[in-house]
Amino acid sequence: MAQAAIELIGINKSFGAVRANRDINLEIARGTIHGIVGENGAGKSTLMSILYGFYQADSGEIRVGGKPASIKTPNDAIALGIGMVHQHFMLVDNFSVLENIILGAETDALLKSSIAKARSELDRLEREYGLEVDPDAIIEELPVGLQQRVEILKALYRGAEILILDEPTGVLTPAEADHLFRILRQLKEQGKTVVLITHKLREIMAITDTVSVMRQGTMVATRETRKTTVEELAELMVGRRVLLRVEKGEAEAGAVKLAVKNLTVRDSRGVTMVDDVSFDLRAGEIVGIAGVAGNGQSELLEAISGIRHAVSGSVMLEGKPIDLTGKADPGELRDRGLAHVPEDRHHVGLVLAFEENENSILGYHDDPRYLRGPFLNIDAIMADARDKIEKYDIRPGNPRLKTANFSGGNQQKIVLAREIEQDPGVLIVGQPTRGVDVGAIEFIHKRLIAMRDQGKAVLVVSVELDEIRSLSDRILVMFAGRIVGERGPEATEGELGLLMAGVEHQEAAQ
Amino acid sequence: MSTPYAKLPAWADYGLIPLINLSVAFIVAGFVVMLVGENPFRAAVILVEGAFGKGTGIAFTLFYATTFIFTGLSVAVAAHCGLFNIGTEGQAYIAGLGIAIVCLSFDSTLPWWLTFPLAIVASALVGALWALIPAYLQAKRGSHIVITTIMFNFIAASIMVYLLVGPLKPAGSQAPQTRNFLAGAELPKLNWIIELFGAKIRSAPLNICFLLALVMAFLVWLLIWRTKLGYEMRTYGHSPKAARYAGISETRIIITAMMISGALAGMMALNPVMGDQHNVAIDFVSGAGFVGIAVALMGRLHPVGIVLAAILFGMLYQGGAELAFEMPAISRDMIVIIQGLVILFAGALEHMFRPYIQALFASFSPKSVGMQAINGKGA
Repeated sequence: MAQAAIELIGINKSFGAVRANRDINLEIARGTIHGIVGENGAGKSTLMSILYGFYQADSGEIRVGGKPASIKTPNDAIALGIGMVHQHFMLVDNFSVLENIILGAETDALLKSSIAKARSELDRLEREYGLEVDPDAIIEELPVGLQQRVEILKALYRGAEILILDEPTGVLTPAEADHLFRILRQLKEQGKTVVLITHKLREIMAITDTVSVMRQGTMVATRETRKTTVEELAELMVGRRVLLRVEKGEAEAGAVKLAVKNLTVRDSRGVTMVDDVSFDLRAGEIVGIAGVAGNGQSELLEAISGIRHAVSGSVMLEGKPIDLTGKADPGELRDRGLAHVPEDRHHVGLVLAFEENENSILGYHDDPRYLRGPFLNIDAIMADARDKIEKYDIRPGNPRLKTANFSGGNQQKIVLAREIEQDPGVLIVGQPTRGVDVGAIEFIHKRLIAMRDQGKAVLVVSVELDEIRSLSDRILVMFAGRIVGERGPEATEGELGLLMAGVEHQEAAQ
Repeated sequence: MSTPYAKLPAWADYGLIPLINLSVAFIVAGFVVMLVGENPFRAAVILVEGAFGKGTGIAFTLFYATTFIFTGLSVAVAAHCGLFNIGTEGQAYIAGLGIAIVCLSFDSTLPWWLTFPLAIVASALVGALWALIPAYLQAKRGSHIVITTIMFNFIAASIMVYLLVGPLKPAGSQAPQTRNFLAGAELPKLNWIIELFGAKIRSAPLNICFLLALVMAFLVWLLIWRTKLGYEMRTYGHSPKAARYAGISETRIIITAMMISGALAGMMALNPVMGDQHNVAIDFVSGAGFVGIAVALMGRLHPVGIVLAAILFGMLYQGGAELAFEMPAISRDMIVIIQGLVILFAGALEHMFRPYIQALFASFSPKSVGMQAINGKGA
């Protein structure tokens, strides 16, 4: 048995009345890749934040390399050889790779010797671990995969022996993720310890040696990866059996509900984000748009829902055009039967500071059902909110609770309940299950398929390939603003992955 | 990152925390009083007695509070729509023009109860129009409302100076103010209410505007939490993107909210002009617009909180004046320091003690902070 790199003994942490971690015991062996899985809110991030010195445990002991350690700040963690790669990169966008690496570790005022030292050290690290990055490249010009590599280099430069990665593949293409995994294996071979936090069970199976499952603040199980299955892990995470792939019948596509023709959208800097996109969405089908985040899917959704100005092209909703000047009234589109579940539920789809019932009418607050003259009809709004809470099993079932206090999955249910219950003809959904726990994913997928079976047209944009494949009747792949291919639901992941990376597209262009 | 604190019960949120903040402000103020060689306890007694000890003091306190209720409500309405209206001062000042026109025209012909409604409309209208221009510039041209409303304070002040030393000044008068209004533009006093409770009042300016202020506080509550317009304003205030998504017109909501805010600011002018001085004089607002910002913040943008905070500031004004009179070492500026400390602790440092109190509550009774899940970033 290898010596433990980290031991956590009896860790407890509460935020107010919420016990984010209770009595956690965890041993991570040196030179292994250890996965930690769990639903949102299970306490994974809290535990790692305690290990990295963002939070202090209320009680319990941390041992690093067998010795008791007191980790009060991230600096303590770094000194103990613990490095962290955050889900949202902590890089200065307009700095070069080298400047980012020495940031916080610079030793002289003019940076001359710091930079020289960093350059040679970086060179060594790159050779040793196969982490090639141009040290003089500017961060914002690098693709996300490389930015993440810079984060890893940053940790290694600070002498990290133990590397914690928080949801590292969320922003990567399948190919980039594969490359990341190769790097992680190389790190492991060099004797480093890797802790991987993720909710993607497939990744756990692919790369880890050991996996620990957290649920509701407790550590429910630790397994050797090769002795467990995805089904077992999912069950441990949720506490009950889960359908990982929702069953659905054949689509019966009907008339065209939404016709997008030659749509082109530019962002505020004049960069073309959506480039001459055309497709049809029919009644009774789910069309999925796959793609790595940032390839124009968000802009496409916003243009269709009338929020964003399109340069050219047309969108027909039930045969009538949508105003694409960016001045369309979303309220009018709702009346015409277009419902929109936006990608960013925290800032767009919901007002987190509102009570649940207030959010359940957002966008439909002009509806006379909810009004009494100029006044809100509070009774009607509350009754309506209670009704949706029941139908969608939104928890906790208190319509007066502030929306920010609901978990991600329940917040998403609030949005979905609001939009679906208006019985729209066309539903467009951005990232239906981003940040949503496994149990709720199943529920949301079933709802979307039920919509389809009622003869509604559903457009789903998601960066989760699994989700696209399990939901869609047709899959469109977006890359660099263009639709680079259409596949059926039987398309393999590898095939879609290549399209998402723009491989086929570039070959065709040459 | 997760919000590291749980929620507090409402009484602690709206009662205990402001009380603690206020106490700290007074303790620090006490040290300042000690520094100038006076006894802080005696100073506190004088301050409180000056404000609430005698009937006259109470009447003065409520008179000042009336002014601050209007300006506090004005700031709060804009703030609920995500707009920081620093122009309350100027909107109130220029509204004096509207009141002057109504009062000078009708004070000899109409009784006060006809002049008053006309003056209310005039003051609200002029205040609203003065807020309309910055609102339009914000909504249509993206000029930041903080900058434009500050500048409009200066413009309002210049216009009023021009008018009060020129066209509005009676011929032959040396004072930069309008002629005194006749009985038809003098508002009835409310001192008799306090006298009902047995207190004696020599002469104090508390007038019917106090009741108007309370009515407005109720109407603002109704507007913000019970109407569709208020719902739209709050949506925009919390998240302009969500408002766009919900089909709320940015231009319309900014302009509407600012005009309501300006109207409330304008009504403030009724209190000193028609209730007390019976003329429009230079600088009659004298900073009440800015105090409104503190009042609104301290009142947590809620009308009830604003009324309470306005009474507190009324007390500081009235008690402070008594204090300056009784203790020569404490000058008028010292009072401003104390007010500043209250603003500092109750407004700017509002959340300073919150984590400790929340931890305390959680350790006493975990149920009282009942929160279901950690929000924010997934685990």
